[in-house]
Amino acid sequence: MKIGKYIISLSFLICLLFSTTSFAKAENEPKEEFKAGEVIIEHILDSYDWHIFTWKGHHVSVYLPIIVFNEGKCYTFSSKVFHESDKYVTVNKTNSEELVFAIPHEGKYKGKVVILNADGTQTRPWDISITKNVMALFISCAIILVLFFLVTKAYRERGEKAPKGLQSLFEWLICYVRDDIARKAINEKSVDKYLPYLVTVFFFIFINNLLGLIPIFPFGANITGNIAVTACLALFTFFITNLLGNKEYYKDIFNTPGVPWFLKFPLPLMPIIETVGCFTKPFVLAVRLFANITAGHIVVLGFISSIFIVAQISAAGGAGMSVFSLILVIFVDVIELLVAYIQAYVFTLLSALYFGMASKEHHH
Amino acid sequence: MELISPDFGFFFWMVIAFGIVFFCLAKFAFPVIGKALKQREEKITEALEQAERTHEEMRNLQAKNEELLQQAREEREEMLAEARQYRDKIIEEAKTKAKDETNRLVESAKETIENERKAAMTDIKNEIANISIKIAEKILEKELSTDEAQLKYINEIIKETDNQ
Repeated sequence: MKIGKYIISLSFLICLLFSTTSFAKAENEPKEEFKAGEVIIEHILDSYDWHIFTWKGHHVSVYLPIIVFNEGKCYTFSSKVFHESDKYVTVNKTNSEELVFAIPHEGKYKGKVVILNADGTQTRPWDISITKNVMALFISCAIILVLFFLVTKAYRERGEKAPKGLQSLFEWLICYVRDDIARKAINEKSVDKYLPYLVTVFFFIFINNLLGLIPIFPFGANITGNIAVTACLALFTFFITNLLGNKEYYKDIFNTPGVPWFLKFPLPLMPIIETVGCFTKPFVLAVRLFANITAGHIVVLGFISSIFIVAQISAAGGAGMSVFSLILVIFVDVIELLVAYIQAYVFTLLSALYFGMASKEHHH
Repeated sequence: MELISPDFGFFFWMVIAFGIVFFCLAKFAFPVIGKALKQREEKITEALEQAERTHEEMRNLQAKNEELLQQAREEREEMLAEARQYRDKIIEEAKTKAKDETNRLVESAKETIENERKAAMTDIKNEIANISIKIAEKILEKELSTDEAQLKYINEIIKETDNQ
């Protein structure tokens, strides 16, 4: 109960902070037309710097390092260079050969670091820059590791005693994943093999979802709402499912029992369908998590943006709208808390089901 | 379009970051947590079993106590019954003895009384006989004081004898 109250009041406070900082932005840039779509998409997508707020027309941002590889050579520089000028020119020490980096505002590589060639074309180098999302990912990973370090320490120190504080919250969730997700979906013999991944993935998604709801620096990045993250998690699930799958599982795919022979020969319909199924399952996992979390962020930002859209027409309207929007934003944020948990649960549950299918024992 | 196409750089870092998190948790956190949970579960199960056993033992002990108590009660009952029987027997015996004694006393008393009575009767008879003889002497003395009377009496006797 106490934790629930804490989370709700925290999210309320966060919403309040969020809306006030946004207000400042609107007051100080009256001439610039407010484009809700751009603001929202900018938040949802990645960037090379982390914009914190704008104060009297100055953007206060954290500039993150850009790391790119081109023709086997590594180039690292701060994204601040693009804040100062449009282009960044590197000089090779041995000769005067130059590479010109830029971030185009339109075109195929919009918003990404490219190399401007002499003939005017753009080449996209291998880009492993520490972007806003990568930074946020590192921060959340560090938080997860610290939390688990504390919990593990508590287990070491308290031994067989009843859990206390953070430990009891984590124990509740760990036991929930273990008993209500893993043990129900996977048979007794192979459940221990999959449990570490399931618990990790549950906490990873859940904590990232929650951090994504906090709109102040250094949180609020749209990590679990990024297709690369969800795709990566889904690929982990895919590889674990298929690499640890037993004979029974592969027999089900290539020679599905209980299916008439003409569905397998001469045209192997069932094997094709089953094989496609192997790929669609993780694909659906990735898309579901991505879409749910992104949608949540878009809705919250949409309500916030509506304040400024109305405020452009009339200040009084904006004030009235802010109250209305704030209520809706709080409402959506509370729902998002629920979604944060549900999506972590669903991803873990479905992964567990796939693992269960891949490790099931044959019963005659 | 950028929204739904995974970015290589981010994906790259994601694989590394998630891999590190997964590795660290699987290697350092979960074994400790799992072991602690298992140990605690075992401890709780053991404690519960112990409690169950103790309870069972207690129940057995109680049953045994009850049995012992029952046995003691029965024994007491038996002893009491025996004592009662013994008492009754003693009383009965005493009664019989007393009766016999009484009977004997009564019998001897009766005998004595009978003897006394007989003696008394004999005495009385003797006395009466003596008195009768004396009376008869006196009467005879008086009636046969004259000769005539004596003759008359002798005749009478002779007559009687003749008649016979």
